[in-house]
Amino acid sequence: MTVIRQQDFWAGLMFIGFGLLAIVVASDYPMGTAVRMGPGFFPTYLGAIMIVIGAIATGRALRVPGKEIGRWGWRPLLWLSAAFAAFGLLIESAGFVFALLALIIASSVAGRDTRPIELIVLIAVLITGSVALFVYGLELPYRLFPWS
Amino acid sequence: MDALAGLFPNLYLGFSVALSPANLAYCFVGVLVGTVIGVLPGIGPLAAIAMLLPLTFKLTPVAALIMLSGIYYGTKYGGSTTAIMLKLPGESASVVTCLDGYEMAKQGRAGPALGMAAVASFIAGSIGVLLIGMFGPPLAEVALLFSSPEYFSLMLFSLIGAAVLVQGSMVKALGMIVLGLLLGIVGTDINSGMSRFTFGVTGLTDGINFVVIAMGLFGFAEIVANLEQGSVSRDLLFQKVKNLWPTWNDFKASWNPMMRGAAIGAFFGILPGAGPTIASFSAYTVEKKISKNQAMFGKGAIEGVASPEAANNSASQCEFIPTLALGIPGSATMALILGALTIQGIAPGPQVMTQRPDLFWGLVASMWLGNLMLLILNLPLIGIWVKLLTVPYRLLFPAIMVFMAIGVYSVNNSALDIHLALLFGLLGYVFIKLECEPAPLILAVVLGPLMEENLRRALLITRGDPSVFITRPISAGFLAATVLLLAIMVLPAVRQRRDQMTEEPAHS
Repeated sequence: MTVIRQQDFWAGLMFIGFGLLAIVVASDYPMGTAVRMGPGFFPTYLGAIMIVIGAIATGRALRVPGKEIGRWGWRPLLWLSAAFAAFGLLIESAGFVFALLALIIASSVAGRDTRPIELIVLIAVLITGSVALFVYGLELPYRLFPWS
Repeated sequence: MDALAGLFPNLYLGFSVALSPANLAYCFVGVLVGTVIGVLPGIGPLAAIAMLLPLTFKLTPVAALIMLSGIYYGTKYGGSTTAIMLKLPGESASVVTCLDGYEMAKQGRAGPALGMAAVASFIAGSIGVLLIGMFGPPLAEVALLFSSPEYFSLMLFSLIGAAVLVQGSMVKALGMIVLGLLLGIVGTDINSGMSRFTFGVTGLTDGINFVVIAMGLFGFAEIVANLEQGSVSRDLLFQKVKNLWPTWNDFKASWNPMMRGAAIGAFFGILPGAGPTIASFSAYTVEKKISKNQAMFGKGAIEGVASPEAANNSASQCEFIPTLALGIPGSATMALILGALTIQGIAPGPQVMTQRPDLFWGLVASMWLGNLMLLILNLPLIGIWVKLLTVPYRLLFPAIMVFMAIGVYSVNNSALDIHLALLFGLLGYVFIKLECEPAPLILAVVLGPLMEENLRRALLITRGDPSVFITRPISAGFLAATVLLLAIMVLPAVRQRRDQMTEEPAHS
């Protein structure tokens, strides 16, 4: 068995996985009847349809020629994830300004060609701009600093 | 012509709303931001509207709608600039404009190409606005006759349409739709009060906001994909643009293609599930087939710029017809705009047109004014947009990250939403790697709960008899159209052509 079209092969498996997950989780919900659809009715059928679609995609991938999945960009993936996670963890405890600071620094590490002076200017401009626009301009009720 | 007789008093109402200084200002801000977003490659209208949603929280519903719509059709104007100057689509609907637009620029005719793109967009946009005014209200009257079976069949048609007309594999697009429907029902079931797919997380009982999903799939994942490619050098060969005005011969050659483009655009705009990208591809393919000037296509034919730009713009206007008249979004972007209305406390649907005529007609009038503003923004000020293309991505993407994070957080002021957006960002990156197009998924997220509810109601009324979907004529019509659409796509000849149309220009 040689997989020729990798994207479709893995996409199909992904759909099958999600479909199984949907059916397993929905098995706790009452199915009801066609007249009175229970909360389990719709998701169970959707899960079944998704498994069929996934099987077709995977099956066809064995026959249709295609290209390989390219390499993964681990560096931007990890650092941008860190940037969002940091913002989410800091926004309520450390306040708007520090959450943004962490977000911008981690983001710029994700890109390879950041220059230190540019980064400082970027931080200053983005933070003052966001505070002015969102906190003062739009009056979103965000705490700026941990002590404020 | 009932449609025309009622048009003028309604347009008068519309302009009286749209011409108020505040609304005029929001329209201007919208189209200006839209142009910037359109010019910058790597950020599309969907992520932009999601990011800028918090800006509209304090506005009136009319102003919010005017501004968000302005961002949307503004991107269509901006996108062509990048396509012509850099051979990069500023947004996906301008992919085909790259082909002949960039060739024209190489031949020193960047000016006429940009000028014609703006003029074609304006003329087609104006036609589109007129069509909304003429066909929106009658369609809404028809929609008042709809009940659950019709709505269910219509939504099914939209979703299948979105799957069929998307770029790349149709099977995967169908999978994305089903996944979207499942994501849409996460949260408390309105009928039984049961929490579904919340995995014990209390924050999920209200469901996952689609802004969060859109931002992850379109914003976050796109940035990762862009950064992974390393620093992209942009060949901006022609910094100075002269002679914007196309020649008389250019106009003569472009007029008919422009009109055909506008018509094709209107068709794909009204068709739920289709939209500007497929419209511009089709318009270009049609012109290439029927033009007397075939040999010039791909080598700098001005028709190859005028026709897809016209199609792109009339489609982006006409998309508002089913969205506003039926309250059922035909595309992911329209889903976001309707979502913004819901946040404003207005339930989308055919009743909006009669209960809030100021909203509908104000939007229609503002769209025409917005197109006029865009014509002015894009002709005399084109130099500024070309300069904008020299801003390096390393400065842009941290700013986009900031706007995304604040945008996600501000919807519910919930830190959980940030982590969810991150999760969807990772999933979105997997989708990019597996070449699964995420736009149909977003549409399905919005339609999921509506489809379930309408299916449930339809079956309840008929005591579980599914034949109701084919015995009611309008519902049967939608279902027949859905089956037809699927059947056509399975025909090998059509499938081959579809693959050519949706894959070839994107990779050439």
